[in-house]
Amino acid sequence: MSSCRKLVSPLAALALLSQTARAAEQHPPGYYGIGATPTKAEIEGWAIAARPDGDGLPPGKGSAQEGAAIYIEQCAVCHGTFGEGEGRYAKLVGGELTGERPERTVGSYWPYAVTLFDYINRAQPFPSPHTLDADQVYAMTAYILNLNNIVDNNFVADRVSLPKVKMPRQDFFIWQDPRPDTAAKECMKDCVDPKTIKIESTAEGKNLTPRTTGPLDTMQPK
Amino acid sequence: MPRRLSRRLGQNGEALRPEQGFPLRLIVPGWQGNVNIKWLRRIQIGDQPWFTREETSKYTELMKDGKVRGFTWLIYAKSVITFPCPEKPAKGPGVYEIRGFAWSGKGRISHVDVSYDGGVNWESARLEEPVLPKALTRFTHEWRWDGKPALLQSRAVDETGFVQPTIAELRAVRGVNGIYNNNSIQTWK
Repeated sequence: MSSCRKLVSPLAALALLSQTARAAEQHPPGYYGIGATPTKAEIEGWAIAARPDGDGLPPGKGSAQEGAAIYIEQCAVCHGTFGEGEGRYAKLVGGELTGERPERTVGSYWPYAVTLFDYINRAQPFPSPHTLDADQVYAMTAYILNLNNIVDNNFVADRVSLPKVKMPRQDFFIWQDPRPDTAAKECMKDCVDPKTIKIESTAEGKNLTPRTTGPLDTMQPK
Repeated sequence: MPRRLSRRLGQNGEALRPEQGFPLRLIVPGWQGNVNIKWLRRIQIGDQPWFTREETSKYTELMKDGKVRGFTWLIYAKSVITFPCPEKPAKGPGVYEIRGFAWSGKGRISHVDVSYDGGVNWESARLEEPVLPKALTRFTHEWRWDGKPALLQSRAVDETGFVQPTIAELRAVRGVNGIYNNNSIQTWK
Protein backbone atom coordinates (compact mmCIF):
# COMPACT_ATOMS: atom_id res chain seq x y z
CA MET A 1 0.00 0.00 0.00
CA SER A 2 1.52 3.36 -0.83
CA SER A 3 1.25 6.27 1.60
CA CYS A 4 1.48 8.91 -1.11
CA ARG A 5 -0.93 9.22 -3.90
CA LYS A 6 0.20 9.22 -7.43
CA LEU A 7 -0.70 12.72 -8.50
CA VAL A 8 -1.06 11.98 -12.09
CA SER A 9 -0.59 9.01 -14.30
CA PRO A 10 2.45 9.03 -16.61
CA LEU A 11 0.22 9.11 -19.69
CA ALA A 12 -1.76 12.06 -18.45
CA ALA A 13 1.50 13.85 -17.57
CA LEU A 14 2.67 13.45 -21.13
CA ALA A 15 -0.59 14.86 -22.46
CA LEU A 16 -0.39 17.88 -20.15
CA LEU A 17 3.21 18.60 -21.13
CA SER A 18 2.52 18.55 -24.83
CA GLN A 19 -0.52 20.83 -24.39
CA THR A 20 1.61 23.42 -22.56
CA ALA A 21 4.26 23.15 -25.23
CA ARG A 22 1.68 23.78 -27.93
CA ALA A 23 0.33 26.80 -26.08
CA ALA A 24 3.85 28.19 -25.81
CA GLU A 25 4.47 27.67 -29.51
CA GLN A 26 1.55 29.92 -30.40
CA HIS A 27 3.35 32.94 -29.00
CA PRO A 28 6.57 34.23 -30.47
CA PRO A 29 9.68 34.50 -28.33
CA GLY A 30 9.63 37.60 -26.17
CA TYR A 31 5.89 37.50 -25.67
CA TYR A 32 4.95 38.90 -22.24
CA GLY A 33 1.17 39.04 -22.41
CA ILE A 34 1.13 42.85 -22.37
CA GLY A 35 -1.07 44.77 -24.77
CA ALA A 36 -3.40 43.59 -27.48
CA THR A 37 -3.61 43.64 -31.24
CA PRO A 38 -5.84 46.53 -32.29
CA THR A 39 -9.07 45.66 -34.05
CA LYS A 40 -9.86 46.91 -37.52
CA ALA A 41 -12.48 49.24 -36.03
CA GLU A 42 -9.95 50.71 -33.61
CA ILE A 43 -7.50 51.37 -36.40
CA GLU A 44 -10.19 53.01 -38.50
CA GLY A 45 -11.03 55.23 -35.57
CA TRP A 46 -7.43 56.45 -35.53
CA ALA A 47 -6.91 56.69 -39.27
CA ILE A 48 -8.56 60.08 -39.65
CA ALA A 49 -5.78 62.16 -41.20
CA ALA A 50 -7.00 64.05 -44.24
CA ARG A 51 -4.63 65.40 -46.90
CA PRO A 52 -5.01 68.48 -49.10
CA ASP A 53 -5.46 66.24 -52.16
CA GLY A 54 -8.56 64.80 -50.47
CA ASP A 55 -7.06 61.49 -49.38
CA GLY A 56 -8.53 60.58 -46.01
CA LEU A 57 -11.66 62.75 -46.23
CA PRO A 58 -14.68 60.68 -45.16
CA PRO A 59 -18.06 60.49 -46.90
CA GLY A 60 -20.50 63.19 -45.85
CA LYS A 61 -21.35 66.79 -46.58
CA GLY A 62 -22.29 70.03 -44.90
CA SER A 63 -23.27 73.52 -46.00
CA ALA A 64 -22.13 76.88 -44.72
CA GLN A 65 -25.64 77.54 -43.48
CA GLU A 66 -25.75 74.33 -41.47
CA GLY A 67 -22.37 75.28 -40.07
CA ALA A 68 -23.68 78.64 -38.90
CA ALA A 69 -26.18 76.95 -36.56
CA ILE A 70 -23.55 74.68 -35.03
CA TYR A 71 -21.10 77.55 -34.73
CA ILE A 72 -23.39 79.73 -32.65
CA GLU A 73 -24.08 76.87 -30.24
CA GLN A 74 -20.64 75.36 -29.84
CA CYS A 75 -17.94 77.65 -31.18
CA ALA A 76 -18.86 81.29 -30.71
CA VAL A 77 -18.18 81.13 -26.97
CA CYS A 78 -14.43 80.89 -27.68
CA HIS A 79 -14.07 82.08 -31.23
CA GLY A 80 -16.46 85.02 -31.12
CA THR A 81 -19.80 85.60 -32.82
CA PHE A 82 -18.11 86.55 -36.08
CA GLY A 83 -14.90 84.59 -35.67
CA GLU A 84 -13.06 87.51 -34.14
CA GLY A 85 -11.83 85.46 -31.18
CA GLU A 86 -12.72 85.83 -27.48
CA GLY A 87 -9.88 86.63 -25.13
CA ARG A 88 -6.92 84.44 -25.99
CA TYR A 89 -8.85 81.96 -28.11
CA ALA A 90 -8.04 81.87 -31.78
CA LYS A 91 -9.30 84.45 -34.20
CA LEU A 92 -10.67 82.62 -37.21
CA VAL A 93 -11.53 85.42 -39.59
CA GLY A 94 -9.71 88.31 -41.18
CA GLY A 95 -6.48 89.54 -39.66
CA GLU A 96 -3.61 91.50 -41.17
CA LEU A 97 -0.23 89.89 -41.71
CA THR A 98 1.67 93.15 -42.00
CA GLY A 99 2.54 95.25 -39.01
CA GLU A 100 4.13 94.50 -35.69
CA ARG A 101 1.79 91.69 -34.68
CA PRO A 102 0.64 89.68 -37.69
CA GLU A 103 -2.64 87.88 -37.12
CA ARG A 104 -2.62 84.40 -38.55
CA THR A 105 -6.19 83.28 -39.20
CA VAL A 106 -7.73 80.71 -41.50
CA GLY A 107 -8.33 83.39 -44.08
CA SER A 108 -5.12 85.38 -43.72
CA TYR A 109 -2.68 82.50 -43.46
CA TRP A 110 -3.80 78.85 -43.82
CA PRO A 111 -2.54 77.35 -47.07
CA TYR A 112 -4.99 74.41 -47.36
CA ALA A 113 -8.74 74.10 -46.75
CA VAL A 114 -8.67 70.35 -46.03
CA THR A 115 -6.43 71.07 -43.04
CA LEU A 116 -9.40 72.83 -41.50
CA PHE A 117 -11.47 69.66 -41.76
CA ASP A 118 -8.65 67.53 -40.39
CA TYR A 119 -8.10 69.82 -37.42
CA ILE A 120 -11.74 70.38 -36.45
CA ASN A 121 -12.38 66.66 -36.82
CA ARG A 122 -9.62 65.66 -34.42
CA ALA A 123 -9.46 68.52 -31.93
CA GLN A 124 -12.57 70.71 -31.80
CA PRO A 125 -14.62 71.90 -29.96
CA PHE A 126 -11.79 72.37 -27.54
CA PRO A 127 -13.58 71.04 -24.45
CA SER A 128 -15.30 68.19 -26.32
CA PRO A 129 -13.37 66.97 -29.35
CA HIS A 130 -14.64 64.00 -31.36
CA THR A 131 -18.28 64.92 -30.72
CA LEU A 132 -18.98 66.26 -34.21
CA ASP A 133 -19.80 63.76 -36.95
CA ALA A 134 -18.45 64.02 -40.51
CA ASP A 135 -21.42 66.01 -41.82
CA GLN A 136 -21.07 68.50 -39.00
CA VAL A 137 -17.32 68.90 -39.53
CA TYR A 138 -17.93 69.52 -43.23
CA ALA A 139 -20.55 72.11 -42.27
CA MET A 140 -18.15 73.82 -39.86
CA THR A 141 -15.43 73.88 -42.49
CA ALA A 142 -17.80 75.38 -45.03
CA TYR A 143 -18.99 78.01 -42.58
CA ILE A 144 -15.52 79.16 -41.49
CA LEU A 145 -14.41 79.39 -45.12
CA ASN A 146 -17.56 81.37 -45.82
CA LEU A 147 -16.90 83.76 -42.91
CA ASN A 148 -13.54 84.44 -44.51
CA ASN A 149 -15.18 85.12 -47.89
CA ILE A 150 -13.28 82.23 -49.45
CA VAL A 151 -16.48 80.41 -50.48
CA ASP A 152 -19.97 81.80 -51.09
CA ASN A 153 -23.08 81.38 -48.93
CA ASN A 154 -24.29 78.37 -50.91
CA PHE A 155 -21.11 76.37 -50.59
CA VAL A 156 -21.47 72.73 -49.60
CA ALA A 157 -18.28 71.01 -48.45
CA ASP A 158 -17.68 67.36 -49.18
CA ARG A 159 -14.77 65.11 -50.10
CA VAL A 160 -14.84 66.36 -53.69
CA SER A 161 -15.49 70.06 -53.30
CA LEU A 162 -13.22 70.76 -50.33
CA PRO A 163 -9.87 69.84 -51.95
CA LYS A 164 -10.76 72.19 -54.81
CA VAL A 165 -10.94 75.26 -52.58
CA LYS A 166 -7.87 77.42 -53.19
CA MET A 167 -6.77 79.33 -50.10
CA PRO A 168 -5.60 82.90 -50.66
CA ARG A 169 -2.11 82.43 -49.22
CA GLN A 170 -1.35 79.00 -50.61
CA ASP A 171 1.24 80.20 -53.10
CA PHE A 172 3.15 82.18 -50.50
CA PHE A 173 4.33 79.04 -48.76
CA ILE A 174 7.78 77.64 -49.50
CA TRP A 175 8.09 74.02 -48.43
CA GLN A 176 11.74 73.57 -49.31
CA ASP A 177 14.05 74.67 -46.50
CA PRO A 178 16.25 77.38 -48.04
CA ARG A 179 18.78 77.45 -45.19
CA PRO A 180 21.59 78.01 -44.43
CA ASP A 181 20.62 81.59 -45.06
CA THR A 182 23.33 83.31 -43.01
CA ALA A 183 26.97 83.48 -43.99
CA ALA A 184 28.76 84.46 -40.81
CA LYS A 185 32.50 84.13 -40.87
CA GLU A 186 34.63 82.96 -37.99
CA CYS A 187 36.38 86.23 -37.32
CA MET A 188 38.65 86.18 -34.27
CA LYS A 189 40.05 89.71 -33.84
CA ASP A 190 38.56 93.21 -34.13
CA CYS A 191 35.40 91.81 -35.63
CA VAL A 192 33.15 94.78 -34.91
CA ASP A 193 33.64 98.38 -33.96
CA PRO A 194 33.05 98.41 -30.17
CA LYS A 195 31.27 101.75 -30.47
CA THR A 196 28.51 100.17 -32.54
CA ILE A 197 27.61 97.64 -29.88
CA LYS A 198 24.49 98.54 -27.97
CA ILE A 199 22.00 96.60 -25.93
CA GLU A 200 18.60 97.01 -27.58
CA SER A 201 16.57 94.90 -25.20
CA THR A 202 17.08 92.36 -22.46
CA ALA A 203 15.16 89.28 -21.39
CA GLU A 204 15.08 90.62 -17.83
CA GLY A 205 13.77 93.95 -19.07
CA LYS A 206 10.89 92.12 -20.73
CA ASN A 207 10.26 90.05 -17.59
CA LEU A 208 11.25 86.90 -19.42
CA THR A 209 14.17 85.84 -17.24
CA PRO A 210 14.12 86.17 -13.48
CA ARG A 211 17.36 87.11 -11.76
CA THR A 212 17.05 84.03 -9.64
CA THR A 213 14.80 81.03 -9.87
CA GLY A 214 12.15 79.90 -7.43
CA PRO A 215 10.86 81.66 -4.32
CA LEU A 216 13.88 83.92 -4.08
CA ASP A 217 12.55 85.98 -6.99
CA THR A 218 10.23 88.03 -4.84
CA MET A 219 12.72 88.35 -2.01
CA GLN A 220 15.51 89.89 -4.03
CA PRO A 221 15.70 93.69 -4.24
CA LYS A 222 15.00 94.85 -7.79
CA MET B 1 14.90 63.64 -44.55
CA PRO B 2 17.02 62.69 -41.51
CA ARG B 3 18.77 59.43 -41.89
CA ARG B 4 17.81 57.77 -38.68
CA LEU B 5 14.62 57.92 -36.65
CA SER B 6 14.09 55.74 -33.65
CA ARG B 7 11.38 54.91 -31.21
CA ARG B 8 12.23 55.10 -27.55
CA LEU B 9 10.92 53.05 -24.68
CA GLY B 10 13.33 54.26 -22.03
CA GLN B 11 16.18 56.50 -21.12
CA ASN B 12 19.11 56.12 -18.71
CA GLY B 13 17.99 52.67 -17.66
CA GLU B 14 14.40 53.48 -16.83
CA ALA B 15 11.17 53.53 -18.79
CA LEU B 16 10.00 56.79 -20.32
CA ARG B 17 8.05 58.89 -17.86
CA PRO B 18 4.46 59.87 -18.66
CA GLU B 19 5.44 63.50 -19.20
CA GLN B 20 8.16 62.41 -21.60
CA GLY B 21 5.81 60.32 -23.69
CA PHE B 22 5.46 56.90 -22.02
CA PRO B 23 5.24 54.26 -23.39
CA LEU B 24 6.76 55.11 -26.73
CA ARG B 25 8.36 58.22 -28.17
CA LEU B 26 9.69 59.10 -31.59
CA ILE B 27 13.21 60.51 -31.66
CA VAL B 28 14.30 62.54 -34.67
CA PRO B 29 17.95 63.56 -34.16
CA GLY B 30 18.82 67.04 -35.36
CA TRP B 31 15.25 68.26 -35.84
CA GLN B 32 12.98 70.52 -33.81
CA GLY B 33 11.82 69.12 -30.50
CA ASN B 34 8.14 69.24 -31.38
CA VAL B 35 8.52 66.50 -34.00
CA ASN B 36 9.75 64.07 -31.34
CA ILE B 37 6.22 62.82 -30.85
CA LYS B 38 5.30 61.67 -27.37
CA TRP B 39 2.80 58.90 -26.62
CA LEU B 40 3.38 57.51 -30.10
CA ARG B 41 0.38 55.55 -31.19
CA ARG B 42 0.63 55.04 -34.91
CA ILE B 43 3.01 55.64 -37.80
CA GLN B 44 1.49 56.18 -41.21
CA ILE B 45 3.69 56.38 -44.29
CA GLY B 46 2.47 58.48 -47.19
CA ASP B 47 3.70 59.68 -50.54
CA GLN B 48 2.79 63.28 -49.76
CA PRO B 49 2.82 65.44 -46.64
CA TRP B 50 -0.45 65.79 -44.74
CA PHE B 51 0.03 69.52 -44.10
CA THR B 52 -1.49 69.42 -40.63
CA ARG B 53 -2.55 72.47 -38.68
CA GLU B 54 0.63 72.54 -36.59
CA GLU B 55 2.83 72.22 -39.67
CA THR B 56 1.07 74.93 -41.61
CA SER B 57 -0.53 77.58 -39.43
CA LYS B 58 1.77 77.25 -36.42
CA TYR B 59 5.34 76.07 -36.93
CA THR B 60 6.00 78.14 -40.01
CA GLU B 61 7.96 81.34 -40.37
CA LEU B 62 6.53 84.52 -41.87
CA MET B 63 9.26 86.40 -43.74
CA LYS B 64 9.59 90.11 -44.39
CA ASP B 65 8.43 89.75 -47.99
CA GLY B 66 5.21 87.97 -47.00
CA LYS B 67 6.44 84.53 -48.01
CA VAL B 68 6.20 81.75 -45.46
CA ARG B 69 8.78 79.05 -44.80
CA GLY B 70 7.42 75.66 -43.86
CA PHE B 71 9.01 72.31 -42.96
CA THR B 72 12.09 74.05 -41.55
CA TRP B 73 12.69 71.30 -39.06
CA LEU B 74 16.47 71.08 -39.03
CA ILE B 75 18.21 72.73 -36.09
CA TYR B 76 21.28 74.64 -37.22
CA ALA B 77 24.38 75.13 -35.07
CA LYS B 78 23.80 76.96 -31.82
CA SER B 79 25.62 77.45 -28.57
CA VAL B 80 24.82 79.01 -25.22
CA ILE B 81 26.86 79.79 -22.11
CA THR B 82 25.37 78.14 -19.03
CA PHE B 83 27.83 79.56 -16.54
CA PRO B 84 27.99 82.44 -15.73
CA CYS B 85 24.32 83.21 -16.29
CA PRO B 86 21.59 85.24 -14.56
CA GLU B 87 20.84 82.52 -12.03
CA LYS B 88 24.54 81.94 -11.34
CA PRO B 89 26.35 85.20 -11.92
CA ALA B 90 30.05 85.78 -11.61
CA LYS B 91 30.30 88.00 -8.57
CA GLY B 92 33.62 89.78 -8.91
CA PRO B 93 37.12 89.71 -10.36
CA GLY B 94 38.72 86.29 -10.46
CA VAL B 95 39.33 83.20 -12.55
CA TYR B 96 36.21 81.46 -13.83
CA GLU B 97 35.56 78.41 -15.94
CA ILE B 98 33.03 79.54 -18.53
CA ARG B 99 30.84 76.56 -19.38
CA GLY B 100 28.17 75.97 -21.98
CA PHE B 101 26.63 73.72 -24.58
CA ALA B 102 26.78 73.66 -28.35
CA TRP B 103 24.86 71.52 -30.80
CA SER B 104 24.07 71.17 -34.48
CA GLY B 105 21.44 69.21 -36.37
CA LYS B 106 23.92 68.89 -39.21
CA GLY B 107 26.50 66.81 -37.36
CA ARG B 108 29.36 67.34 -35.00
CA ILE B 109 30.39 70.61 -33.45
CA SER B 110 33.77 71.51 -34.87
CA HIS B 111 34.68 74.24 -32.40
CA VAL B 112 33.30 76.96 -30.16
CA ASP B 113 34.67 80.45 -29.63
CA VAL B 114 34.04 82.71 -26.64
CA SER B 115 34.06 86.49 -26.46
CA TYR B 116 34.05 88.78 -23.40
CA ASP B 117 33.44 92.03 -25.22
CA GLY B 118 30.24 91.47 -27.17
CA GLY B 119 31.88 89.94 -30.21
CA VAL B 120 34.85 92.19 -30.90
CA ASN B 121 37.52 89.60 -30.05
CA TRP B 122 37.18 85.85 -29.70
CA GLU B 123 39.10 83.00 -28.13
CA SER B 124 38.85 79.29 -28.80
CA ALA B 125 37.11 77.20 -26.17
CA ARG B 126 37.82 73.57 -25.32
CA LEU B 127 35.32 70.89 -26.29
CA GLU B 128 34.65 68.02 -23.91
CA GLU B 129 34.91 64.55 -25.39
CA PRO B 130 33.12 62.70 -26.79
CA VAL B 131 31.95 65.07 -29.49
CA LEU B 132 29.06 63.26 -31.15
CA PRO B 133 26.93 64.27 -34.15
CA LYS B 134 23.61 65.98 -33.41
CA ALA B 135 24.31 65.78 -29.69
CA LEU B 136 24.87 68.33 -26.96
CA THR B 137 28.57 69.14 -26.74
CA ARG B 138 29.95 70.80 -23.65
CA PHE B 139 32.58 73.49 -23.98
CA THR B 140 34.70 75.20 -21.35
CA HIS B 141 37.03 78.16 -21.31
CA GLU B 142 39.14 79.78 -18.66
CA TRP B 143 38.31 83.44 -18.06
CA ARG B 144 40.39 85.82 -15.99
CA TRP B 145 37.93 88.55 -15.16
CA ASP B 146 39.09 91.95 -13.98
CA GLY B 147 35.60 92.80 -12.74
CA LYS B 148 34.88 95.42 -15.41
CA PRO B 149 31.61 95.21 -17.38
CA ALA B 150 31.73 92.34 -19.84
CA LEU B 151 29.47 90.98 -22.56
CA LEU B 152 29.93 87.20 -22.76
CA GLN B 153 29.13 85.40 -25.96
CA SER B 154 29.75 81.98 -27.45
CA ARG B 155 29.80 81.07 -31.14
CA ALA B 156 29.61 77.55 -32.51
CA VAL B 157 30.99 76.20 -35.77
CA ASP B 158 29.89 72.76 -36.95
CA GLU B 159 31.61 70.24 -39.19
CA THR B 160 29.96 71.64 -42.33
CA GLY B 161 31.75 74.93 -41.68
CA PHE B 162 28.53 76.69 -40.74
CA VAL B 163 29.14 79.54 -38.27
CA GLN B 164 26.50 80.56 -35.74
CA PRO B 165 25.24 84.03 -36.74
CA THR B 166 24.58 87.10 -34.60
CA ILE B 167 21.01 88.19 -33.92
CA ALA B 168 21.58 91.15 -36.23
CA GLU B 169 22.65 88.88 -39.08
CA LEU B 170 19.63 86.65 -38.51
CA ARG B 171 17.16 89.53 -38.42
CA ALA B 172 18.60 90.99 -41.59
CA VAL B 173 17.61 87.84 -43.44
CA ARG B 174 14.45 86.78 -41.68
CA GLY B 175 12.88 89.86 -40.17
CA VAL B 176 11.43 89.62 -36.69
CA ASN B 177 8.44 87.36 -37.23
CA GLY B 178 10.09 84.06 -37.97
CA ILE B 179 10.86 83.34 -34.35
CA TYR B 180 11.52 79.65 -34.70
CA ASN B 181 14.99 78.48 -35.50
CA ASN B 182 16.59 81.33 -33.60
CA ASN B 183 20.10 79.99 -33.41
CA SER B 184 21.77 83.36 -33.00
CA ILE B 185 24.55 84.20 -30.59
CA GLN B 186 23.30 84.85 -27.08
CA THR B 187 24.85 87.50 -24.84
CA TRP B 188 25.13 87.58 -21.06
CA LYS B 189 26.09 90.84 -19.43
